[in-house]
Amino acid sequence: MKKRMNKTAKQNAITYGIVILAYIIMQSMLMTGHISSSLSGLLVPFCYYVILAVSLNLTVGYLGELSLGHAGFMCVGAFASVFFTKCMEDVITVSLVRFMLALLVGALVAALFGVLIGIPVLRLRGDYLAIVTLAFGEIIKNLVNVLYVGKDSSGLHFSIKDAMSLGMEPGGTTIINGPQGITGIAKDSNFTIGIVLVLLTLFIVLRLISSRDGRAIKAIRDNRIAAESIGINITKYKLMAFSVSAALAGLGGALYAHNLSTLSATPKNFGYNMSIMILVYVVLGGIGSIRGSVIAPVVLNLVLDYFLRKFQMMGDNVVLQFLSDNRMLVYAILLIALMLFSWSPKAIEWRERVFHKKQPKEAE
Amino acid sequence: MAMLEVKNLGISFGGLRAVNGFDITIEKGQLYGLIGPNGAGKTTVFNLLTGVYRPDNGNILLDGQEIAGKKTIEISKAGIARTFQNIRLFSDMSVLDNVKAGLHNHHVYSAVAGIFHLPSYQKEEKLMNEKAMELLQVFELEGEAEILASNLPYGKQRKLEIARALATDPKLLLLDEPAAGMNPNETQSLMDMIRFVRDHFDMTILLIEHDMRLVSGICEELSVLNFGEVLAQGRTEDVLNNPQVITAYLGE
Repeated sequence: MKKRMNKTAKQNAITYGIVILAYIIMQSMLMTGHISSSLSGLLVPFCYYVILAVSLNLTVGYLGELSLGHAGFMCVGAFASVFFTKCMEDVITVSLVRFMLALLVGALVAALFGVLIGIPVLRLRGDYLAIVTLAFGEIIKNLVNVLYVGKDSSGLHFSIKDAMSLGMEPGGTTIINGPQGITGIAKDSNFTIGIVLVLLTLFIVLRLISSRDGRAIKAIRDNRIAAESIGINITKYKLMAFSVSAALAGLGGALYAHNLSTLSATPKNFGYNMSIMILVYVVLGGIGSIRGSVIAPVVLNLVLDYFLRKFQMMGDNVVLQFLSDNRMLVYAILLIALMLFSWSPKAIEWRERVFHKKQPKEAE
Repeated sequence: MAMLEVKNLGISFGGLRAVNGFDITIEKGQLYGLIGPNGAGKTTVFNLLTGVYRPDNGNILLDGQEIAGKKTIEISKAGIARTFQNIRLFSDMSVLDNVKAGLHNHHVYSAVAGIFHLPSYQKEEKLMNEKAMELLQVFELEGEAEILASNLPYGKQRKLEIARALATDPKLLLLDEPAAGMNPNETQSLMDMIRFVRDHFDMTILLIEHDMRLVSGICEELSVLNFGEVLAQGRTEDVLNNPQVITAYLGE
């Protein structure tokens, strides 16, 4: 038992170590200026991609339910946190404190949505759940696009028609302006905060899945009927996993939003393509493998960035345009390749021969 | 008072009366068998007892407490644990974690305590580990504690399922065809084990079984179900020699 505890702790320590090491390398490259501008622009995105992938892995890998609405929770967290920042700009002047609170607000509002969506949705299973979460993501995105919120001396005004119908006093400001979204956001996100949030996410997810509650969640995934028969409350634990996953997605969304100057909900950032992309990270990293979800988004984006720059240097605009427009196509090809590599008999045989030669066969 | 007292239990699926007027009384510490031809409604009775189905009519008294119509979780808390005809383990969890999942409602700490490893987490996890290892030792599975449950051989999977059920600290243990798929040697050791569980844990056991050697070897009393109704009930040798029972099994 001691040995096992150490083993899990060791595996987790390696995961934390990878993140910290990556931070040190990137940070030192940043300071010495050995980093391209496109890469330095990717550092914060790495952080929120990892947060989103790890949090989705909790739903997909540990709860065992396919959710295609992760970008929806990200969207909720992004708008809630930025809204908070805009409202509190004059009240809380210390940007770090304000940002911390904004992150908390983003996570909490996303968690609330997680519970609200989870209650009806978690009655469904498999494909049906995937379809409904997909619809949720799209609905959130479209709702935010018609939402107008303004602030004046008498308080907040809401409308879903247009900015004029807010009926504000002169001097009032429009905070959320429909499809234009929120403009003039303080750029509070930075790489260091991003890494801290990644570590926090890892901490919460890794600790949760090895606790009593995590065991219940995994038990439900493995066999719902048996879990019920030993007295595990299915609804409670499904909802717990789903809302924690949503809260962390909200955290990622908040980090994302504070990295921009203008936040608007477009199909590109909060559409189903985003949800699918996060899912691709999870699948490529390995469903149920938290460390995989840390590595996959970073490696994928680095590789893509590398090729984009290569083609840019070669002046090959056709390929460049194609690649940046068809990111999902690249991912799809990667997924198919991975499927073939992990499941085709020949590939398995080859892997056995090459990798498992020295290792003793696992006890069976 | 009897440990389990079932009166006039019945359920219909559409037009089919799956179980009708089912009565049974099991005393504390008894090893009771439920037999009958395929499709007689034995597993349905288990599902009624554990709240998977709600009975249309009838009473189920567990240790004097009415549990008919309650939910599975409540019945588990009231003290009925079961195993399944087709083994249902948590296959991607370790053997130890399977048993610890069974201890879920006995060692409680909050999710926050679990994330921050607060003292309540440390204390309860330690107790859980000890209890789970004790149970695994009883079933000679302690050496396999770290293995994934799906990697256990068949016979040991059956044992683990019983260990997990016992972890919930039940008053009544339901075994659904524990000897299914076992060879005569394995069945023999299973019989010894069931007897041992009864004696060691002072357990009341109700089991469904087709293997007549097992049934006649360990069950003290039997009920025979046929087409959802009780055909015969009583001491094992009387029931097995009952001409009606023989007809139901072998035909005219």
